[in-house]
Amino acid sequence: MERVKNFDLSRTSVRELNQFLHHDLNAEHTDQVEILHPDGAHSIAAGVNAPVHIHVRGHAGYFVAGMNQQADVTIHGNVGWSIAENMMSGRVHVKGHASESAGASAHGGLLIIDGDASSRCAISLKGGEIVVGGSVGHFSAFMAQAGTLVVCGDSGPNLGDSLYEAVIYVRGKIHSLGADAQEEPMGHADYDAVGRLLNAAGMEYDPKDFKRVASARKLYHWNSEVHQEY
Amino acid sequence: MCGIVGFLAKTPQMRDKLGELVTPMLNCMGTRGPDSAGLAVFTEPLPDQQRRYSLYVHNRRFDWGVLFDDFMDETDAEGEMIDVESHAALVSTVSPPRFKTWLTKSYPEVHLLSVGHRIDLYKDEGHPEEISERYGFPDLTGTHAVGHTRMATESAVSPAHAHPFTAGEDFCLVHNGSLSNPYSIRRKLERQGIHFETDNDTEAGCRFIEWRMRQGDTLEQAIHASFKELDGFFTFLMATADKLLLVRDPFACKPAVVAETDDYVAIASEFRSLAHLPNVQDARVFEPSPEIIYSWNV
Repeated sequence: MERVKNFDLSRTSVRELNQFLHHDLNAEHTDQVEILHPDGAHSIAAGVNAPVHIHVRGHAGYFVAGMNQQADVTIHGNVGWSIAENMMSGRVHVKGHASESAGASAHGGLLIIDGDASSRCAISLKGGEIVVGGSVGHFSAFMAQAGTLVVCGDSGPNLGDSLYEAVIYVRGKIHSLGADAQEEPMGHADYDAVGRLLNAAGMEYDPKDFKRVASARKLYHWNSEVHQEY
Repeated sequence: MCGIVGFLAKTPQMRDKLGELVTPMLNCMGTRGPDSAGLAVFTEPLPDQQRRYSLYVHNRRFDWGVLFDDFMDETDAEGEMIDVESHAALVSTVSPPRFKTWLTKSYPEVHLLSVGHRIDLYKDEGHPEEISERYGFPDLTGTHAVGHTRMATESAVSPAHAHPFTAGEDFCLVHNGSLSNPYSIRRKLERQGIHFETDNDTEAGCRFIEWRMRQGDTLEQAIHASFKELDGFFTFLMATADKLLLVRDPFACKPAVVAETDDYVAIASEFRSLAHLPNVQDARVFEPSPEIIYSWNV
């Protein structure tokens, strides 16, 4: 039998919620946690390290599911800055829109955003996978080191600026590429990667419609002849 | 940090509840700005020949009745005044230049916060919750309001340095962010004869925009000019007699979120501040894009 625990944040503090998630989940054999009235509160379900299903029913604030490990967190609303920041594993699904720095420095796990993500989505990504159903704002995947960002809508200015080895796939228009980011031909491995991630995110687009953006690797080494004009 | 809030009532019912709805918005942003706060409220317009002068004095036991009597004796004009603690709103047919001259001469310790047909402005030092209670913000009514909670980073904590800043009549601005070139803006404006009251960076931005409008720009044109002239980070929320206007700098480092329904438009730094508003769960909630001017008419 599935054990469900409810938290109403209009009556319980985020600190109490997170203490339960950090310390008492296993003792109580909880499979699912329902969080009501988030009302934009910050740090909901941050630092969870357990294979639990968490549902946040409403709009949430900053740092939701930050540092997540193993947990499957669904937010039935919008989120503020830094959703799933530094996620290590697990799955975080935002049913609405996400504000800035979504998935920042995520090392692992899958972040799905059904709506738009604003600026600096996937900044400094370190191995996590992010699928955005809508569009992303400026400087997305800035200095992203490893992992994948899939954008089903459009990209704002300076996509992939100072990119390392992360790869970006964009279905719609790219406003502009950042320094050292370049569009590259799609190969079989790219179609497979996009197909797998779209499938995991439940998004029905054709991988053939996506463009690949990766690093030109010209910023990897200092070049005194270009006078900082990249 | 700093927090900003704004509200525009689209219905008479919302106008009656303006203070009741805006006060929790402002108080909630106390976590972003605990050292001082301010609120500008725009009411139904006064007749053409009248102005409302919002005044502040540091001494909370100041005798506003004496100031008002002196003013009436001196000017021989019609007038009325409502005062609470450090704040007074004086309505008079006396022109702004004459009022300013009288105030500077007779009561140099009293600061003129705003002038206009619609604006009434409160600002003070302390936690936003204390300030809201001190001046009875929940009882205020009006068409639109702009508020700010300050965490000072670049100039002193004082009521004069708190936001909103004003320039000219019926115009105010609140700012989350910091400007890098306020002194060059200031020197440019001082050469035009514009007087500054503080060394605050936001005052430079506020006076720049108002100066551009006096040069013939619309508010929208003045903001486009500010993208070129102002260096730094800003989310600006502005109000005129009949408009609420929101803009973020090209890099959009400072947050803002908007919730709009058929009854109101509400703006805050964070959604937490909007969560108590009626039917907000059904509102169109969005984050404003960089360099896009969002404006709503009363």
